[in-house]
Amino acid sequence: MKSIFVRYRMAILLACAGGVLTLIDPDTGCRAFALTGDNILEMLSFLPPIFILLGLLDVWVDRETMMKYMGEQAGLRGNILAFLLGSAAAGPLYAAFPMAGVMLKKQASMLNIFIFIGAWSTTKVPLIMFETATLGFRFMALRLLFNIAGIVIIAKILHIQARKMDLNVPAD
Amino acid sequence: MSAVILYAGTAILLIWSFRKDRQKTRQGLKKAWKAFENILPQFLFILLLIGFILAMLDETVISRLLGRQSGLTGMAIAALIGSVTLIPGFIAFPLAASLLAAGAGYGQIAMFLTTLMMVGIVTLPLEATYFGKRLAVARNVYAFIYAVVSSLILGALL
Repeated sequence: MKSIFVRYRMAILLACAGGVLTLIDPDTGCRAFALTGDNILEMLSFLPPIFILLGLLDVWVDRETMMKYMGEQAGLRGNILAFLLGSAAAGPLYAAFPMAGVMLKKQASMLNIFIFIGAWSTTKVPLIMFETATLGFRFMALRLLFNIAGIVIIAKILHIQARKMDLNVPAD
Repeated sequence: MSAVILYAGTAILLIWSFRKDRQKTRQGLKKAWKAFENILPQFLFILLLIGFILAMLDETVISRLLGRQSGLTGMAIAALIGSVTLIPGFIAFPLAASLLAAGAGYGQIAMFLTTLMMVGIVTLPLEATYFGKRLAVARNVYAFIYAVVSSLILGALL
């Protein structure tokens, strides 16, 4: 096992740089650390359930099941399932990557993985309700329409690209 | 609200899992912890970096940059800020609403929000650990292009 210092070296370096910044410009430095603290608290508020779900997904859903529902052969049903799973999510996009990693390991298709990622990034239901409240229905509806089209287009292109690169089966 | 649902749903599944198979559940929790611990250094780095970026680029600066008559320059700046930063939705949407009220165009706002959601330069290394560098970069590039095109159209429509 690598030592903690090596693994966290980037974060430690950045924190030290922040310390220097705080000495030069206390206002900005303190604000940076306060914001980081807020972000860490926010992260801790939603990450535990996401990772527990990830662990449960890993032990309960075997490769065959994943392939059947979200694999290359799952077709439109798989696309819709991926879209719904992503839309039902909570938390920022970076929390979706580990989840997608598990799905990938269990042979979900690249198309569905990227539909899942796309839906997680832009069509999360709680976010849409909030967007309607702050920016109005018209803006939300148009953006949603555009983004759903974008999710599918981007996922299709990436799917083709991944197949060309033969990257569908990453190492465990 | 969504956090409550997330926690409740997870708790129900966890209890179900535990009743069905203790051994498997324990194994799943172990995997959850390992996955989390594996990625924690990168998470911390991202959160620190975001903290610094947002400390220098607070809401007043963003408002000034994306304000009234910022036009195409405003679009470019919106795309840049949206791609680099990572602002949670419950801050980004009210910010966008106040920007609109302050005279920013719908195009700029759509650009800011879409790149914010779809493109993540700060999280790119993290994404690359799961998808590989080439696919992760490709996804962000396509998302960026798409955000630009759709925001220009949306700006023209609204």
